[in-house]
Amino acid sequence: MKYIDEFRNSDTANALSRQIHELSSELPGQITIMEVCGTHTMAIAKFAIRSLLPEKIRLVSGPGCPVCVTPAGYIDAAIELAGDGKTIVTFADMINVPGTSSSLSKTRSSGAKVETCYSPEAAVETALKNPGTEIVFLAVGFETTIGPVTSIVARASAEKIRNVSILTSFKLIPPAMEALSSDKELKIDSFLCPAHVSAIIGAKAYEPYVEKYQKPCVIAGFEPLDILSGIKMILQQIIKGEARVENNYSRVVKYEGNQRAVSFIYKYLECSDACWRGLGMIPASGLSLKKEYHGFDAEKRFGIRISNRAENKGCRCGDVLKGKIIPSQCPLFAKTCTPEKPAGPCMVSSEGTCSAYYKYMR
Amino acid sequence: MCLAVPMKLTKVASDKLSGSAEFDGIERDVNLSLIEKPRVGDYVIIHAGFAIEKFNAKEAKIQLELFREITEAVGLKKNMI
Ligand code: SF4
Repeated sequence: MKYIDEFRNSDTANALSRQIHELSSELPGQITIMEVCGTHTMAIAKFAIRSLLPEKIRLVSGPGCPVCVTPAGYIDAAIELAGDGKTIVTFADMINVPGTSSSLSKTRSSGAKVETCYSPEAAVETALKNPGTEIVFLAVGFETTIGPVTSIVARASAEKIRNVSILTSFKLIPPAMEALSSDKELKIDSFLCPAHVSAIIGAKAYEPYVEKYQKPCVIAGFEPLDILSGIKMILQQIIKGEARVENNYSRVVKYEGNQRAVSFIYKYLECSDACWRGLGMIPASGLSLKKEYHGFDAEKRFGIRISNRAENKGCRCGDVLKGKIIPSQCPLFAKTCTPEKPAGPCMVSSEGTCSAYYKYMR
Repeated sequence: MCLAVPMKLTKVASDKLSGSAEFDGIERDVNLSLIEKPRVGDYVIIHAGFAIEKFNAKEAKIQLELFREITEAVGLKKNMI
């Protein structure tokens, strides 16, 4: 397939691996690189990237899967709305995420209406076809997904469609990176920055952050050569004692990002604090609907509250999402927690770290 | 849920807000409202039914050329040992 196969060439992967091994001899000691994005986590596992790296390079996974970082209280609120006769429309990954005591798929089996979709546009279509029913879309996602989801509000407000709303739990990546960097317990030397989040926010979005924390940030695509050459760039920076933003995915990411998408997003949404499963409350790390669009905000419209209740006992997703442990160090991993019967969100989503380890690295 | 793939635009509506795109023989409707000036034949990154950015074929070529040079250089070194 064009623009995919070329970035999977095994000769080049071996050549890059060799260069990385050579460079690593110049490293002062072991270094830890966090891949923030779940799609990187999945690709690293799928293409066995770790086997091409020297021991001195430690790759840890971060909180980059929107499903995994959605708090249990949010799922509880969605279940409450479904139980109350609203039709829930959502990306499929969300329906198996455990809330405090149930999940949307269990609620669906007991008769509630929960529909899954590929594109958020489906929510508006469902609303038009069912004028007497309240449709609620589960608005989770990072910068990449926020624009498509916000289009529900744009269209509903333009066409005066009154029976559709969104339950927001949008999250922003740079503030999460900042929270992880200021955590003294985590020793992250550098970040491999997400490909498609960066397509929206641009390479420039990481600059203030690099300035403050002096950790190299390299934006990389999701193919094996993208990841390996991204790691090589990180090593080169560390060896030279530099900390810069480098864009290794210039075939998609521009320095200034997709400004059209960004201005669309900020027409409807504004910055707010957000609760991340496993990481807790991070200031200014979310987006919520502006006051003039509160009519489309399911939380406001139906007067429900998303609580920050305790998470499932035994599940160590919090530590997995911070890169403190690898999934196999969780006592439930592959025992009581499997993709068929997930105990925590990291096992649910195809981009979840536990699910990637379960599928490729057991 | 974050899956995004490069697809080639096969149709662009006259208002440039929607169209169709093709990937690996599969064609689907896509929303183009988040990108500037979409044109038939452009590669775009599609996520959740929306084009989120255009694909820059020139940049892809430069990077592939660089990879070719690396492969050759390392290959040459291998031969010298
Ligand atoms: S293996 Fe399951 S229970 Fe353990 S951290 Fe991962 S998702 Fe949570």
